[in-house]
Amino acid sequence: MQVFNIAKKELKDYFISPIAYIVIALFLLLVGWFFFATFFLVGQANMRNFFALLPAIFSFVIPAVTMRLFSEELHVGSYETLLTLPVTFNDIIIGKFLAGVFFIAALLFSTFAYPLLIGFLGDLDWGPVIGGYLGALLLGGAFTAIGIFSSSLTRNQIIAFIVGTLICLILTLLNNTLFLFPNGIVQAVAWFGASTHFENIAKGIVDSRDILYFVSIMVIGLFGANLAMQGKN
Amino acid sequence: MIHVENLSKYYGEFCAVDQISFDIERGEIVGLLGPNGAGKTTTLRMITGYFRPTSGSIRIKDHSIATEALQIKRLIGYLPESAPLYHNMLVYDYLLYIAGIRGLSQEKSRVRIRELVDLCSLDQIMHKSISELSKGLKQRVGLAHAMMDDPEILVLDEPTSGLDPNQIVEIRDIIKEIGRQKTVILSTHILSEAEATCNRLVIINKGKIVADDTTRALKQRANEEYTLHVSFKEADLAEVEKEISQVNGIRRVRRIETGEKRMLHLKLTCFSDHDIRGEVYAVIRRSDWELREFYRETESLENIFRELTTEV
Repeated sequence: MQVFNIAKKELKDYFISPIAYIVIALFLLLVGWFFFATFFLVGQANMRNFFALLPAIFSFVIPAVTMRLFSEELHVGSYETLLTLPVTFNDIIIGKFLAGVFFIAALLFSTFAYPLLIGFLGDLDWGPVIGGYLGALLLGGAFTAIGIFSSSLTRNQIIAFIVGTLICLILTLLNNTLFLFPNGIVQAVAWFGASTHFENIAKGIVDSRDILYFVSIMVIGLFGANLAMQGKN
Repeated sequence: MIHVENLSKYYGEFCAVDQISFDIERGEIVGLLGPNGAGKTTTLRMITGYFRPTSGSIRIKDHSIATEALQIKRLIGYLPESAPLYHNMLVYDYLLYIAGIRGLSQEKSRVRIRELVDLCSLDQIMHKSISELSKGLKQRVGLAHAMMDDPEILVLDEPTSGLDPNQIVEIRDIIKEIGRQKTVILSTHILSEAEATCNRLVIINKGKIVADDTTRALKQRANEEYTLHVSFKEADLAEVEKEISQVNGIRRVRRIETGEKRMLHLKLTCFSDHDIRGEVYAVIRRSDWELREFYRETESLENIFRELTTEV
């Protein structure tokens, strides 16, 4: 119950301030620009390029959305008020996490116009589209957990944003830097990269291993936030 | 009700609270008094479960803070120093959110918010954003926040800091009103405030308790002697002095220069076990001096506070 009280409040916060609208507008602008710049040249009725953009764009957008979740409370001091209410650390973390995930879902929902439009223009295969959105939500959840973790580390929102972006970018770009690693550990390193797992799901292949990967990132991120909170008192 | 034993808190090497112990019973209004940096806020933060003690134990109504922090947080309403609330929320939304977190049902919270609006006079600001409020108004919203589910224990950290005199009186009255049925702990470094609101004072300095007694007992302890002021018009100093010093129990008679012409203002220092007001009055009645003022000075706690919290 407390989880939902907190989630509701945080979600409301997004939409009563201009942050939500600015972030959504910026996201749509970026995605729309990059996606449609090549879409008509390629001339294929699929959304593969759209989903290929998401990990990189999420690496910036999601930390920007989540940076305030803890940092602002620490800065204003409302963290003390919050912690002396009858809620547990996990209520707070999961509440804020759910609010973040709902926000990302709203963000993704605003791009539904694309598949509708493409389906109208050509013969769209809906399998990969649905897979892509599922993967995007999982990826968004994982990055939200990372953003919450970095926000719980500091009272400075800019630092929270930079740390969050850094971690997300490392996960995103890891698969492109595999040539740097010695042969023996390439496989292991590749498993940590977010993009291959995401691409698998976005192809429409929903494998439990890929889902497990994203869920693990969420659990690790949120657990890290919990440790950071414990370290504070 | 509240049982604190050997409580300590270290920030790294720095010892903020050093082995303090006290008990607080239901219905007490306890003032935690001390100079800046004495450890008042840290103590309150440990009682409310915000900070974990380095060592020692806190038990509140048979709940231990170490294992049942959640139950304890349900019993306590807490107003942190300078009321850090969500500044982007409207006052009404904020109170509604707190009511939800405190587990009040929808109709109950509506009724309760109405009550709190009357109690803390918030009716003019319900639709305002918290960031727009002045410090005093914010403090009142914070008070409403702390009292939301009518908690058994109210913990207030510097509840009147930054308020104007009228607001201070209002908040004091609210605290006294609550203190009739509830347990209140408040911290302050303003002596007159502690004196006016609390029935028990715990004075701490450098993390240690240096005094813990009822306000009245501390006041008595503060002054072994008290002061009587008398002033006359058109009276001769030598004559008055001679007559008055015959009264038993006066230690010193001193003239205070007030600047007014032909006024004689005397300060009589007396032993506190001896009320000499009647005898002094008898002397005055026998004479033909024109009496202008005659009062006993209320003792302040300042003496004892200074004595206890400054290094000699």
